[in-house]
Amino acid sequence: MSTLPPPMGLLAELTHRCPLQCPYCSNPLELKRASEELDTASWQRVFGEAARLGILQLHLSGGEPAARADLETLVASASAAGLYTNLITSGLMLDESRIRALAAAGLDHVQLSFQDVDATGADHVSGLKGSLARKLAFAGHVRDAGLALTVNAVVHRQNIARVPQIIALALALEAGRLEIAHVQYYGWAFANRDALLPARAEVDEATAIVTAAREQLKGRLVIDYVTPDWYGARPKPCMGGWGRQVMVVTPNGEVWPCHAASTIPGLIFDNVRAKPLAEIWQHNHAFNAFRGTQWMTEPCQGCEHAERDWGGCRCQALALTGNAAATDPVCELSPAHGALAEMARDAATASPPPFRYRRIGG
Amino acid sequence: MTGFALSPDHRPRLKRGVKLARDAARNTDILNAPERIVVLDEIAAEILKSCDGNNSIAMIAASLAAAHAEDEAVVCADVMELLSDLVAQGFVE
Ligand code: SF4
Ligand code: SF4
Repeated sequence: MSTLPPPMGLLAELTHRCPLQCPYCSNPLELKRASEELDTASWQRVFGEAARLGILQLHLSGGEPAARADLETLVASASAAGLYTNLITSGLMLDESRIRALAAAGLDHVQLSFQDVDATGADHVSGLKGSLARKLAFAGHVRDAGLALTVNAVVHRQNIARVPQIIALALALEAGRLEIAHVQYYGWAFANRDALLPARAEVDEATAIVTAAREQLKGRLVIDYVTPDWYGARPKPCMGGWGRQVMVVTPNGEVWPCHAASTIPGLIFDNVRAKPLAEIWQHNHAFNAFRGTQWMTEPCQGCEHAERDWGGCRCQALALTGNAAATDPVCELSPAHGALAEMARDAATASPPPFRYRRIGG
Repeated sequence: MTGFALSPDHRPRLKRGVKLARDAARNTDILNAPERIVVLDEIAAEILKSCDGNNSIAMIAASLAAAHAEDEAVVCADVMELLSDLVAQGFVE
């Protein structure tokens, strides 16, 4: 494995603490508490190791990364190590002076999440009153500090009709980039699928709107669009392929090939407290478990698309078939594809139940 | 790529959040941008280093042509092609 190419990105989940409780959160169902989090010096060491390993971009995420009082210090270290530093935030814990301090520390980019463009809808999804107005003010501070802004909006059954307003919001906030992502149905979102999954016709309409806007706004606004897996015919490559591009470090220092990897039983994870990142990248059991194409079963094994989509999502394969090494059922070649299509139909036509909110210890 | 009509007087610069960087592990120059990384060849890197909002496209092409003993009009056309592509993709303005 000495010719293994180095990873490109590090997703640092600094904390699971968050003022919001989105029911499609990508955090694991079992959330870590503040007392288990890595300290400042450990994160600083990890950022240095990451840069030397060949990692180019650092995504500071959570939970809400600004729940850490040392965020400014961490950004300064990452930037000094030469990492392109991206803050993924809800915008609710950063006032104007903190955002200025982050810009001065070398932050390169801010990705701000919007639960909805409609104040009532945003409160309903996030579980917090008045969040929308505070996010709009925050976006202004980001712009005034000279930082690049991405507007991120997760869409689902309860806000998909407002895609045009989401695009208008990104333009009004002078964002350089807009990310419209359909909910991906694992973890918390899987538990909430009957409340979240839109009907196929609604998805098609949203896709058409985004495609037209992207062409029209070329050069002004970059629009990235993540389609909902469950209506696809081919799966997405998991994180660009398992163990190929990304490392995820959890709040307590475990290193995962993907942010849902802990749902797969039998994988052995290493911790940055005990081993350097480079060694984990090369030799860790979990990274090697689904790296490349060796582990694949039929129909992925020998399929001409194997090195394009890498067999899709392992966590989804496990959740839907009981076997993490199975073909992702999103693929129409999977024997489980029909059952998935049926589940999607049922979820989209169910009368939406109340959300099961993401809560620590809840 | 549908080109963006740029004039030789235009003074290009990298957009907010777009940064030139050296990728030491892979021994190449790159553009870092939100959720995107572009690997640059030597010429593209040289051009982008001059895109500081002060130099016009004509000036960038002239100094490049002089440095490599090439025809200025040809170089200028190449620079325009690269930059209009990067403008369309949201890296340069
Ligand atoms: S295995 Fe699945 S859940 Fe995990 S990162 Fe890949 S796509 Fe996401
Ligand atoms: S069979 Fe596997 S490799 Fe082939 S397209 Fe489907 S998921 Fe991809």
